[in-house]
Amino acid sequence: MTADLSMLTLENAHVVYSGIISALRGVSLSVLPGQVVALLGSNGAGKSTTLKAASGLLAAERGALVEGRISFRGQDYAALDARRLAQGGLVQVLEGRRCFPHLTVEENLISGSLARRAPKATVRADLERIYVRFARLRERRGSQAGYLSGGEQQMLAIGRALMLRPTLLLLDEPSIGLAPQVVQEIFEIVAQLNRDEGLSILLAEQNARVALRYAHHAYVLENGRVAASGSAVELAAREDVQNFYLGQTAAAQGQLRARKERARRLRAHGTAAPSSLSVSDAHGRAPARLPEPGEARGH
Amino acid sequence: MQFFLEVLIGGLLAGIMYSMVAIGFVLIFKASGVFNFAQGSLVLFAALTYVSLVEREVPAWLALLVTLLAMLALGVLIERVVLRPLVNRPPMTLFMATLGLSFIVEGVSQILWGAQVHGLELGISDQPLEFAQVFVSSFDLFAAATAAALVAGLSVLVTRTRLGIALRAVADDPVAAMSLGISLPRVWSIVWAISGVVALVAGLLWGARVGVQFSLSLVVLKALPVLIIGGFTSVAGTIVAGLLVGASEKLAEVYLGPVLQGGIEGWFPYVLALAFLLVRPTGLFGDAVVERA
Amino acid sequence: MSRWVVLVLLAFGFGVVPFVADDYLFSAILIPFLTLSLAGLGLNILTGYAGQLSLGSAAFMAAGAFAAYNFQLRVPGLPLLASFILGGLTASLIGVVFGLPSLRIKGFYLIVSTLAAQFFVGWALTKFSWFSNDNPSGVISAPPLTILGQDLSAPSGRYVLTLGVVAVLTLLASNLLSSQTGRQFMAVRDMDTAARVTGIPILRTKLLAFAISSFYCGVAGVLWAFCYLGTVEPHGLDLARSFQVLFIIIIGGLSSVVGSFLGAAFIVLLPVLLDHAAQGLFSGSLDPGNLENAQKVLFGSLILFFLIKEPEGLARLASVVGQRLVSLRSLRRRPSPRESAA
Repeated sequence: MTADLSMLTLENAHVVYSGIISALRGVSLSVLPGQVVALLGSNGAGKSTTLKAASGLLAAERGALVEGRISFRGQDYAALDARRLAQGGLVQVLEGRRCFPHLTVEENLISGSLARRAPKATVRADLERIYVRFARLRERRGSQAGYLSGGEQQMLAIGRALMLRPTLLLLDEPSIGLAPQVVQEIFEIVAQLNRDEGLSILLAEQNARVALRYAHHAYVLENGRVAASGSAVELAAREDVQNFYLGQTAAAQGQLRARKERARRLRAHGTAAPSSLSVSDAHGRAPARLPEPGEARGH
Repeated sequence: MQFFLEVLIGGLLAGIMYSMVAIGFVLIFKASGVFNFAQGSLVLFAALTYVSLVEREVPAWLALLVTLLAMLALGVLIERVVLRPLVNRPPMTLFMATLGLSFIVEGVSQILWGAQVHGLELGISDQPLEFAQVFVSSFDLFAAATAAALVAGLSVLVTRTRLGIALRAVADDPVAAMSLGISLPRVWSIVWAISGVVALVAGLLWGARVGVQFSLSLVVLKALPVLIIGGFTSVAGTIVAGLLVGASEKLAEVYLGPVLQGGIEGWFPYVLALAFLLVRPTGLFGDAVVERA
Repeated sequence: MSRWVVLVLLAFGFGVVPFVADDYLFSAILIPFLTLSLAGLGLNILTGYAGQLSLGSAAFMAAGAFAAYNFQLRVPGLPLLASFILGGLTASLIGVVFGLPSLRIKGFYLIVSTLAAQFFVGWALTKFSWFSNDNPSGVISAPPLTILGQDLSAPSGRYVLTLGVVAVLTLLASNLLSSQTGRQFMAVRDMDTAARVTGIPILRTKLLAFAISSFYCGVAGVLWAFCYLGTVEPHGLDLARSFQVLFIIIIGGLSSVVGSFLGAAFIVLLPVLLDHAAQGLFSGSLDPGNLENAQKVLFGSLILFFLIKEPEGLARLASVVGQRLVSLRSLRRRPSPRESAA
C-alpha cells in the first residue's frame, strides 16, 4: 500500500458544489514524494476541483467532499483546513495567478510567509532565495503586482507559494494565457524545483504536451472521473490520449491515408473510384474488408 | 473675508470629524468588502459607555481602558456572530446584516446606559484662538490633531507592518490569501477591532462637541457622502473628501441658505455625492470598481 | 397564493370584519397594517424585484400625502379617489427624478440617491409652507373622506376604503409582476449586463420600476395621512419610516407579494405583543423608552436571524408550512423538499 508513503492520496473522491452540482465522481490518485504528477483533461473535467479538494479551498466555493478520503502525508483531511494544510506544507497556486494586484512584488512574496510566523531574518533569507531563482522578480521587486506581465505574475505566484517552504505544490493551469516561450520558462523552473529540492508537484494542465514532457506520472480526467493513468511516457504515446487532444483517432488517420492512396492508384489506372470513399459507417470507418498490403491494421 | 475664512475653517474642522468616522468604514470595506452600516451605532456605544462610566465616578483613564476593551471585544464578537455565518453571501445581504446590527447595538446601548443626553468632558477647553484676525476653536484644532494622529498611525500600520500586508492581501483577494494559509477570520476580527477603536476616538470627540445622545449614530449617514466622494478604498481620499464635505456644507448653509430658507446642511452633502457619482464614479482617489453601472 | 385563499380573505375582510371589529382594531392595527403592506409592496417592486436599493420610501409616501392634500384642497370638486391617484402620480414623478442616477450607478451606491430624496423631500415639505397651506401650526387635518356621497370617516369606513384601495393595487401589482414587465424587472436585478444584451431596455425598465414603486408608496402615503393618522405631516414619514419599510420586505421576503403583507403584519403586531408580554411579565408596561429599545434589539436580531437562516423571509417559511399542510392532506405525495418550492 503506497498510501502511507505517498505525499497525497485521493481515494474515491466525490465532490459536489452547492449541494447539487457533481464535479468529481470517484477520483483516485496519488502523488509520491519527489514526483511531478500531471492532471490532464479538458475544461470542466474536474482538474481544478481536484486540486481544491486537496488544498482545502473547496469551501470557499461552496464545494464539499461528500464521499471518499483524502490524505496528506498519511494524515486524513477531516481535521485539516486550508490554513493548516498550508502551514503543513501543501500550497496551491490558483488558476489565473491571483497575485495581490495592489501589493508590490516584495509584499506579495512576504504575504506568502505570513502563515509561517517566521522571524524577520528568516523571511529575509527566504526572499533572497526566491530572488536568486527568479531574477526577474528581483528587478521588479518594488512594482505593484498588477502591472506585471502574465509570465512575471506566474513566477511571482509560484515564488509566493515557495515562501511557505512547501513539500507539495499544487499548480493550477500555470500555462494559461501565456506565450509558449514563457510557458517553457515556467515549466523549466518547476522542473528545477523538483530536481533540486525534491519538491513534489501536482500539476493541472490543459496543455498536455508540455505537461507530459515534464511530469513523471499523469492522470487524465474526464467528466469528474479518471479516464486514464500511467507514466507520462506511456500516456504520451497512447492513442486515446492523442485522440483526446488531437480530436482524431490514430487509426482513423491511417485509414484516411490509405483511402487517399487507393483513390490515387485507381485514378492512375483509369477506372472509376469505388465508392469506398463515401461509404463509411458513423465512425468514419470503411466497410469491413480484407486489408490491402501496406494499409494500417484495424479500425 | 474674515467671516468667510472662519466659516471655511470651521467647516474644514468639522470635515475632519466626518473623515474620522468614515475611516472606520473604509477599513472594514477594504478588508472585507462589507459596508458597515453599524459604524455609527458603534460610535454611539463607545461614547455612551465612556460617559456612563465616568458619571459613575470611574476615573477617566480606567473608563477609557474599559471602553477600549469593550470595543475590541465587540469587534471580535461581531465578526464571529454576524460575519462568519454570512461569509459567502452577496454584498447586499451583508449590508442589510449590518443594518440589523446597528439596531441591536443602538438598542442595547440605550437599554444599558439609558437614553438621556450626556455631556462629555475631555478636559480640553474650547477657547477661541486668534490667528491673523481669524478665530478658530481650540477644541476643533485638538480634534483635527487627534484625527491626523489616528490617520498617521493607521497608515503606518497598513503600509509598514506585516499585519498591514495581511490586511491588504485579504482586501485584494480573500481566496488567494486563504491559499497562503492566512486566517481570514482573524484578519476580519482585527479589522473590526480597529474599527471599534476608531469609533471610540470619533465617539469621544463628537460627543465632546455635540453631547452624547442618540443622534450621534446618525453621524454615519454624513459619512456616506464622504465615502462616495473620496472613493471607498482610500484613506487619503476620505480625508480630502471629509474636508470637502465639511467645508462645502457650511459654506452652502451660510451663503446659499438664506436664499433657500436655511436647513440645507441636511441634504447638501448627498446632492454633492450624487453629482460626484454621476461625474466621477470612482471618487477622488478610489480605484476599486464596485458595482458601478 | 392560491386564488381561493385570496377570495376567501377578501370576502372575510369586506364582509365580516367591518361588522365585527372594534375601533381600536381598525385604527391601531388593521389600517396601519394595510397601509404599510402597500408601502412594502411598493418598495418590493423596486428593491425586491428590480434590485434597486432604496431608502427613500417614506419620502415618496410623504410626497404622495402632501400632493393629494394639495390637490384636494385647491381643485374644487375633485373626487377623493382622483386625489389619491394624483398623489400617487406626483410621488411617481419625484421617484423617477431621484431614480435617474440608477442608470449610471448600480446596487449599493443607489442608496445615496434615495437618501438624498429622503432628506430633500423632508426638508422641502417643512420649509415651504405653501405645501401645508401656510398653516401656522404645521399640522393639517386630512380632508373629509366621502366617496359617492358616502361618509367614510368612521374607523370602519376608513378601513373599508383602505382595504379597497390596497386590494385593487395589490391585484394590479401581482399581474404586473407576473407579466413580461415583471420578468424584465427581475432580469435587470439579476444580471443587467446580460439583460441589456438580450435587448431589454434597461433605462426604461429601471425608470418604470421607480415610477411604479413610488406610485405605490405615494398612495400608501395618502392612506397613511388620510385614513390612518387623520393629519398630513412629514414628521412620521422620515428616515426611520423608510428603514421600517425596508425591514418589512426583508423580514417578509424580498420579491414576494405575500411577503410584504406578512412583514407588515409582523411589524405592526410585534410592538403590541411585546407590550402585552411586558405587562404580563413585569406587571406594568415597560417604560416606553425601553419598549422602543427592546423593539429595536428584537428587530435587529430578527433581521440577522432571517438573513442568516432564511434569506427569503416569512414568505418562504409560510410557503414551506403551506406545502407541508398540502402534502399532509394528500398522503400519496411525499413532502416536497424546500428547494423545489416555487
